[in-house]
Amino acid sequence: MAYSLNVNGRIHSVDVDADTPLLWVLRDVIGLTGTKFGCGVAQCGACTIHLDGHAVRSCVTTIESAGSSAIMTIEAIGSTPKGSVVQRAWLEEEVVQCGYCQSGQIMSAVALLNANAMPSDGDIDDAMSGNICRCGTYPRIRAAIKKAARGGSNTGNGG
Amino acid sequence: MQMTRQFPRTSLPVIAGLAIVAVFAIGDGRAISPTTEAPAGGALKGVAEFQSIADSGARSVALFTEAAKVITSPRCMNCHPATRHPKQGDTMHPHMPPINAGESGTGIAGLSCNSCHRSTNTAVPGSRVGSVPGAEHWLLAPASMAWEGLTLGGICRQIKDPARNGGRSLADIHRHMETDHLVGWAWHPGAGRRPAPGTQDVFGALIGAWIATGAECPA
Repeated sequence: MAYSLNVNGRIHSVDVDADTPLLWVLRDVIGLTGTKFGCGVAQCGACTIHLDGHAVRSCVTTIESAGSSAIMTIEAIGSTPKGSVVQRAWLEEEVVQCGYCQSGQIMSAVALLNANAMPSDGDIDDAMSGNICRCGTYPRIRAAIKKAARGGSNTGNGG
Repeated sequence: MQMTRQFPRTSLPVIAGLAIVAVFAIGDGRAISPTTEAPAGGALKGVAEFQSIADSGARSVALFTEAAKVITSPRCMNCHPATRHPKQGDTMHPHMPPINAGESGTGIAGLSCNSCHRSTNTAVPGSRVGSVPGAEHWLLAPASMAWEGLTLGGICRQIKDPARNGGRSLADIHRHMETDHLVGWAWHPGAGRRPAPGTQDVFGALIGAWIATGAECPA
Protein backbone atom coordinates (compact mmCIF):
# COMPACT_ATOMS: atom_id res chain seq x y z
CA MET A 1 0.00 0.00 0.00
CA ALA A 2 1.30 3.45 -0.88
CA TYR A 3 1.94 5.99 1.85
CA SER A 4 3.27 9.50 1.81
CA LEU A 5 5.27 10.28 4.92
CA ASN A 6 6.48 13.63 6.19
CA VAL A 7 9.83 12.73 7.72
CA ASN A 8 12.06 15.51 8.97
CA GLY A 9 10.28 17.97 6.72
CA ARG A 10 10.67 15.92 3.56
CA ILE A 11 7.97 13.90 1.86
CA HIS A 12 8.79 10.26 1.27
CA SER A 13 6.61 7.93 -0.80
CA VAL A 14 6.77 4.34 0.38
CA ASP A 15 4.92 1.18 -0.54
CA VAL A 16 4.59 -1.13 2.47
CA ASP A 17 1.96 -3.11 4.31
CA ALA A 18 -0.33 -1.10 6.59
CA ASP A 19 0.92 -2.88 9.70
CA THR A 20 4.59 -2.21 9.00
CA PRO A 21 6.21 -0.55 12.03
CA LEU A 22 7.49 2.94 11.38
CA LEU A 23 10.88 1.82 12.64
CA TRP A 24 11.21 -0.58 9.72
CA VAL A 25 10.07 2.03 7.25
CA LEU A 26 12.52 4.60 8.56
CA ARG A 27 15.49 2.28 8.67
CA ASP A 28 14.92 -0.22 5.86
CA VAL A 29 12.91 1.75 3.32
CA ILE A 30 13.93 5.37 3.75
CA GLY A 31 17.41 4.62 5.03
CA LEU A 32 17.40 6.70 8.19
CA THR A 33 19.29 4.34 10.47
CA GLY A 34 19.84 6.70 13.40
CA THR A 35 16.71 5.33 15.06
CA LYS A 36 17.64 2.01 16.65
CA PHE A 37 15.95 -1.33 17.12
CA GLY A 38 16.24 -2.43 20.73
CA CYS A 39 13.55 -4.78 22.00
CA GLY A 40 10.85 -4.46 19.37
CA VAL A 41 8.09 -4.46 22.00
CA ALA A 42 8.12 -0.92 23.43
CA GLN A 43 10.10 -1.91 26.49
CA CYS A 44 13.41 -0.13 25.94
CA GLY A 45 12.86 3.18 24.12
CA ALA A 46 15.76 2.88 21.66
CA CYS A 47 13.37 3.43 18.75
CA THR A 48 11.84 6.66 20.08
CA ILE A 49 10.87 9.22 17.45
CA HIS A 50 8.50 12.19 17.47
CA LEU A 51 5.05 12.22 15.94
CA ASP A 52 3.82 15.80 15.86
CA GLY A 53 6.34 16.55 18.59
CA HIS A 54 5.29 13.74 20.92
CA ALA A 55 7.61 10.87 21.75
CA VAL A 56 6.44 7.51 20.42
CA ARG A 57 8.02 4.09 20.14
CA SER A 58 8.38 3.51 16.44
CA CYS A 59 8.73 -0.26 16.83
CA VAL A 60 5.07 -0.56 17.83
CA THR A 61 3.68 2.32 15.80
CA THR A 62 2.36 1.09 12.49
CA ILE A 63 2.62 3.26 9.43
CA GLU A 64 -1.16 3.21 9.25
CA SER A 65 -1.56 4.59 12.76
CA ALA A 66 0.91 7.38 12.05
CA GLY A 67 -1.53 8.90 9.60
CA SER A 68 -0.41 12.30 8.36
CA SER A 69 1.57 13.17 11.47
CA ALA A 70 4.86 14.99 11.09
CA ILE A 71 7.63 12.52 11.86
CA MET A 72 10.94 13.64 13.30
CA THR A 73 13.94 11.42 13.89
CA ILE A 74 17.33 11.81 15.50
CA GLU A 75 18.78 12.83 12.14
CA ALA A 76 16.91 16.15 12.26
CA ILE A 77 16.34 16.87 15.93
CA GLY A 78 19.51 18.95 16.06
CA SER A 79 17.94 21.39 13.63
CA THR A 80 15.33 22.37 16.22
CA PRO A 81 16.21 24.93 18.90
CA LYS A 82 15.53 22.55 21.78
CA GLY A 83 17.15 19.61 20.04
CA SER A 84 20.28 21.61 19.38
CA VAL A 85 20.59 22.61 23.02
CA VAL A 86 20.02 19.03 24.14
CA GLN A 87 22.63 17.61 21.80
CA ARG A 88 25.17 20.20 22.92
CA ALA A 89 24.46 19.39 26.56
CA TRP A 90 24.86 15.70 25.74
CA LEU A 91 28.31 16.34 24.33
CA GLU A 92 29.38 18.65 27.15
CA GLU A 93 28.27 16.18 29.82
CA GLU A 94 29.87 13.33 27.86
CA VAL A 95 26.71 11.33 28.30
CA VAL A 96 27.32 8.65 25.73
CA GLN A 97 29.12 5.42 26.49
CA CYS A 98 28.32 2.73 23.91
CA GLY A 99 25.73 5.02 22.38
CA TYR A 100 23.18 2.50 21.16
CA CYS A 101 20.26 3.85 23.19
CA GLN A 102 21.22 7.49 22.92
CA SER A 103 19.17 8.52 19.91
CA GLY A 104 16.08 7.34 21.76
CA GLN A 105 17.25 9.03 24.95
CA ILE A 106 17.73 12.34 23.16
CA MET A 107 14.36 12.14 21.41
CA SER A 108 12.64 11.49 24.75
CA ALA A 109 14.61 14.25 26.43
CA VAL A 110 13.60 16.78 23.79
CA ALA A 111 9.96 15.72 24.04
CA LEU A 112 10.17 16.19 27.80
CA LEU A 113 11.69 19.65 27.54
CA ASN A 114 9.18 20.68 24.90
CA ALA A 115 6.40 19.79 27.34
CA ASN A 116 8.13 20.81 30.58
CA ALA A 117 10.82 23.44 30.20
CA MET A 118 12.26 23.04 33.70
CA PRO A 119 11.71 19.45 34.84
CA SER A 120 12.45 18.29 38.36
CA ASP A 121 14.31 15.08 39.12
CA GLY A 122 10.95 13.35 39.48
CA ASP A 123 9.71 14.74 36.19
CA ILE A 124 12.84 13.45 34.47
CA ASP A 125 12.49 10.03 36.09
CA ASP A 126 8.86 9.78 35.03
CA ALA A 127 9.43 10.86 31.45
CA MET A 128 12.64 8.92 30.87
CA SER A 129 11.76 5.71 32.71
CA GLY A 130 10.91 3.98 29.44
CA ASN A 131 14.37 4.54 27.97
CA ILE A 132 16.83 1.89 29.02
CA CYS A 133 20.61 2.37 29.00
CA ARG A 134 22.68 -0.77 29.46
CA CYS A 135 25.74 1.37 30.17
CA GLY A 136 24.01 3.07 33.07
CA THR A 137 24.48 6.63 31.88
CA TYR A 138 21.40 7.81 33.74
CA PRO A 139 23.12 10.34 36.03
CA ARG A 140 24.76 11.97 33.02
CA ILE A 141 21.50 11.92 31.08
CA ARG A 142 19.79 13.68 33.97
CA ALA A 143 22.62 16.21 34.21
CA ALA A 144 22.43 16.90 30.49
CA ILE A 145 18.67 17.38 30.59
CA LYS A 146 19.05 19.83 33.46
CA LYS A 147 21.82 21.65 31.62
CA ALA A 148 19.68 21.84 28.49
CA ALA A 149 16.75 23.12 30.55
CA ARG A 150 18.95 25.97 31.73
CA GLY A 151 19.86 26.68 28.14
CA GLY A 152 23.23 25.00 28.38
CA SER A 153 24.73 26.79 31.39
CA ASN A 154 26.89 24.98 33.89
CA THR A 155 24.99 26.22 36.95
CA GLY A 156 24.18 23.39 39.34
CA ASN A 157 25.33 19.83 39.11
CA GLY A 158 22.21 18.32 37.64
CA GLY A 159 22.81 15.06 39.37
CA MET B 1 24.26 14.71 45.32
CA GLN B 2 21.95 12.16 46.83
CA MET B 3 19.48 10.83 44.30
CA THR B 4 16.32 9.39 45.71
CA ARG B 5 15.11 7.92 42.43
CA GLN B 6 16.75 6.95 39.21
CA PHE B 7 15.21 5.94 35.96
CA PRO B 8 14.68 3.25 34.97
CA ARG B 9 13.49 1.62 38.17
CA THR B 10 14.36 -1.84 37.06
CA SER B 11 17.00 -3.50 34.96
CA LEU B 12 16.68 -4.67 31.39
CA PRO B 13 16.99 -8.35 32.25
CA VAL B 14 14.17 -7.95 34.75
CA ILE B 15 12.08 -6.13 32.18
CA ALA B 16 12.81 -8.74 29.58
CA GLY B 17 11.93 -11.50 31.97
CA LEU B 18 8.71 -9.89 33.02
CA ALA B 19 7.81 -8.95 29.51
CA ILE B 20 8.40 -12.34 28.06
CA VAL B 21 7.25 -14.54 30.89
CA ALA B 22 4.42 -12.65 32.46
CA VAL B 23 3.50 -9.31 30.97
CA PHE B 24 1.64 -10.45 27.95
CA ALA B 25 2.16 -14.12 27.51
CA ILE B 26 -0.61 -16.57 28.09
CA GLY B 27 1.84 -19.36 27.67
CA ASP B 28 -0.60 -22.09 26.82
CA GLY B 29 -0.49 -21.44 23.12
CA ARG B 30 -4.20 -20.73 22.74
CA ALA B 31 -5.31 -18.56 19.91
CA ILE B 32 -7.47 -15.65 21.04
CA SER B 33 -10.31 -14.80 18.73
CA PRO B 34 -12.70 -11.97 19.56
CA THR B 35 -15.43 -13.78 17.67
CA THR B 36 -15.11 -17.09 19.46
CA GLU B 37 -18.34 -18.63 20.74
CA ALA B 38 -16.72 -19.93 23.91
CA PRO B 39 -15.11 -16.90 25.58
CA ALA B 40 -11.43 -17.50 26.16
CA GLY B 41 -11.58 -15.44 29.33
CA GLY B 42 -13.92 -17.86 31.06
CA ALA B 43 -17.63 -18.25 31.54
CA LEU B 44 -20.03 -15.62 32.81
CA LYS B 45 -23.50 -16.65 33.93
CA GLY B 46 -26.41 -14.93 32.29
CA VAL B 47 -29.18 -13.07 34.14
CA ALA B 48 -31.60 -15.96 33.74
CA GLU B 49 -29.47 -18.17 35.95
CA PHE B 50 -30.24 -15.91 38.92
CA GLN B 51 -34.03 -15.94 38.62
CA SER B 52 -34.30 -18.77 41.12
CA ILE B 53 -33.11 -16.48 43.91
CA ALA B 54 -36.41 -15.35 45.36
CA ASP B 55 -35.17 -12.53 47.53
CA SER B 56 -34.62 -9.46 45.35
CA GLY B 57 -31.80 -8.08 47.48
CA ALA B 58 -29.96 -11.37 47.54
CA ARG B 59 -30.45 -11.70 43.80
CA SER B 60 -29.04 -8.21 43.30
CA VAL B 61 -25.95 -9.07 45.33
CA ALA B 62 -25.52 -12.31 43.37
CA LEU B 63 -25.85 -10.47 40.06
CA PHE B 64 -23.19 -7.97 41.04
CA THR B 65 -20.91 -10.70 42.32
CA GLU B 66 -21.18 -12.44 38.95
CA ALA B 67 -20.55 -9.19 37.07
CA ALA B 68 -17.56 -8.61 39.30
CA LYS B 69 -15.84 -11.55 37.61
CA VAL B 70 -15.36 -9.04 34.81
CA ILE B 71 -14.67 -6.02 36.99
CA THR B 72 -11.96 -7.83 38.92
CA SER B 73 -10.36 -9.37 35.85
CA PRO B 74 -6.89 -8.12 34.98
CA ARG B 75 -8.24 -6.42 31.87
CA CYS B 76 -10.22 -4.02 34.08
CA MET B 77 -8.24 -3.95 37.33
CA ASN B 78 -4.92 -3.12 35.68
CA CYS B 79 -6.21 0.34 34.79
CA HIS B 80 -8.09 0.93 38.05
CA PRO B 81 -5.05 0.77 40.38
CA ALA B 82 -4.71 2.32 43.81
CA THR B 83 -1.93 4.60 42.56
CA ARG B 84 -1.38 6.57 39.35
CA HIS B 85 0.78 3.73 38.06
CA PRO B 86 -0.94 1.07 35.92
CA LYS B 87 -0.62 -2.64 36.39
CA GLN B 88 0.02 -5.10 33.60
CA GLY B 89 -0.50 -8.68 32.53
CA ASP B 90 -2.63 -11.46 33.92
CA THR B 91 -0.59 -11.36 37.13
CA MET B 92 -1.39 -7.65 37.55
CA HIS B 93 2.21 -6.68 38.23
CA PRO B 94 3.51 -3.12 37.87
CA HIS B 95 3.53 -1.86 34.30
CA MET B 96 6.83 -2.17 32.48
CA PRO B 97 8.28 0.27 31.71
CA PRO B 98 7.32 2.16 34.88
CA ILE B 99 4.64 4.67 33.98
CA ASN B 100 3.15 7.61 35.82
CA ALA B 101 -0.26 8.28 34.32
CA GLY B 102 -0.57 11.56 36.20
CA GLU B 103 -3.76 13.32 37.14
CA SER B 104 -5.02 13.21 33.57
CA GLY B 105 -4.62 9.45 33.39
CA THR B 106 -3.00 9.78 29.97
CA GLY B 107 0.61 10.18 31.10
CA ILE B 108 2.90 13.01 32.06
CA ALA B 109 4.93 15.60 30.17
CA GLY B 110 7.20 13.81 27.73
CA LEU B 111 5.74 10.33 28.14
CA SER B 112 2.07 9.78 27.40
CA CYS B 113 0.20 6.49 27.25
CA ASN B 114 -0.05 6.77 23.49
CA SER B 115 3.72 6.78 23.18
CA CYS B 116 3.11 3.04 22.98
CA HIS B 117 -0.66 2.49 23.11
CA ARG B 118 -2.20 3.45 19.80
CA SER B 119 -5.87 3.61 18.83
CA THR B 120 -6.03 -0.15 18.22
CA ASN B 121 -4.12 -3.18 19.43
CA THR B 122 -0.78 -3.37 17.65
CA ALA B 123 0.33 -6.85 16.72
CA VAL B 124 3.97 -7.65 17.33
CA PRO B 125 4.52 -10.54 14.94
CA GLY B 126 7.16 -13.04 15.80
CA SER B 127 7.39 -12.04 19.44
CA ARG B 128 6.02 -13.76 22.52
CA VAL B 129 4.50 -10.45 23.54
CA GLY B 130 1.79 -11.00 20.97
CA SER B 131 0.60 -7.42 20.80
CA VAL B 132 0.70 -4.05 22.49
CA PRO B 133 -2.84 -3.20 23.57
CA GLY B 134 -4.54 -0.05 22.37
CA ALA B 135 -7.86 1.70 21.92
CA GLU B 136 -9.13 5.22 21.40
CA HIS B 137 -8.82 7.36 24.54
CA TRP B 138 -6.49 4.89 26.23
CA LEU B 139 -6.04 6.11 29.77
CA LEU B 140 -5.93 5.18 33.43
CA ALA B 141 -9.14 5.48 35.42
CA PRO B 142 -9.32 8.56 37.66
CA ALA B 143 -7.99 8.15 41.18
CA SER B 144 -11.54 8.23 42.60
CA MET B 145 -12.28 5.08 40.62
CA ALA B 146 -9.43 3.02 42.04
CA TRP B 147 -10.53 -0.56 42.67
CA GLU B 148 -7.25 -2.15 43.63
CA GLY B 149 -7.33 -3.21 47.26
CA LEU B 150 -11.09 -2.81 47.67
CA THR B 151 -13.47 -5.61 48.55
CA LEU B 152 -16.27 -6.44 46.14
CA GLY B 153 -18.54 -4.40 48.38
CA GLY B 154 -16.12 -1.51 48.26
CA ILE B 155 -15.95 -1.63 44.48
CA CYS B 156 -19.72 -1.84 44.31
CA ARG B 157 -20.18 1.21 46.51
CA GLN B 158 -17.61 3.16 44.52
CA ILE B 159 -19.40 2.38 41.28
CA LYS B 160 -22.68 3.64 42.73
CA ASP B 161 -21.25 6.80 44.28
CA PRO B 162 -21.60 9.84 41.96
CA ALA B 163 -18.93 11.61 43.99
CA ARG B 164 -16.47 8.90 42.98
CA ASN B 165 -17.84 7.58 39.68
CA GLY B 166 -17.57 10.68 37.55
CA GLY B 167 -21.04 11.96 38.43
CA ARG B 168 -22.77 9.05 36.76
CA SER B 169 -26.31 7.91 37.53
CA LEU B 170 -27.02 4.20 37.69
CA ALA B 171 -28.43 4.46 34.17
CA ASP B 172 -25.17 6.05 33.08
CA ILE B 173 -23.25 3.24 34.75
CA HIS B 174 -25.34 0.65 32.92
CA ARG B 175 -24.77 2.39 29.58
CA HIS B 176 -21.05 2.73 30.28
CA MET B 177 -20.60 -0.91 31.17
CA GLU B 178 -22.74 -2.16 28.29
CA THR B 179 -21.58 0.05 25.44
CA ASP B 180 -18.36 1.94 26.21
CA HIS B 181 -15.66 0.99 23.74
CA LEU B 182 -12.86 1.05 26.31
CA VAL B 183 -14.86 -1.31 28.55
CA GLY B 184 -15.46 -3.40 25.44
CA TRP B 185 -11.74 -3.63 24.78
CA ALA B 186 -11.59 -6.05 27.72
CA TRP B 187 -13.09 -8.73 25.47
CA HIS B 188 -10.82 -7.89 22.53
CA PRO B 189 -7.47 -7.31 24.22
CA GLY B 190 -5.28 -8.54 21.39
CA ALA B 191 -2.98 -11.49 21.12
CA GLY B 192 -1.07 -12.39 24.23
CA ARG B 193 -3.57 -11.55 26.95
CA ARG B 194 -6.69 -13.25 28.24
CA PRO B 195 -10.04 -11.52 27.60
CA ALA B 196 -12.47 -10.72 30.38
CA PRO B 197 -14.98 -13.49 31.15
CA GLY B 198 -18.11 -13.84 29.03
CA THR B 199 -19.10 -11.08 26.67
CA GLN B 200 -19.87 -7.39 27.03
CA ASP B 201 -23.52 -8.12 26.24
CA VAL B 202 -23.84 -10.61 29.11
CA PHE B 203 -21.90 -8.27 31.40
CA GLY B 204 -24.12 -5.34 30.48
CA ALA B 205 -27.24 -7.41 31.10
CA LEU B 206 -25.94 -8.44 34.53
CA ILE B 207 -25.30 -4.81 35.45
CA GLY B 208 -28.75 -3.85 34.18
CA ALA B 209 -30.40 -6.59 36.22
CA TRP B 210 -28.32 -5.65 39.27
CA ILE B 211 -29.60 -2.08 39.03
CA ALA B 212 -33.16 -3.25 38.41
CA THR B 213 -33.05 -5.29 41.61
CA GLY B 214 -31.95 -2.37 43.72
CA ALA B 215 -28.22 -2.23 43.01
CA GLU B 216 -27.48 -3.97 46.28
CA CYS B 217 -23.85 -4.42 47.24
CA PRO B 218 -22.03 -7.32 48.86
CA ALA B 219 -20.95 -6.67 52.42
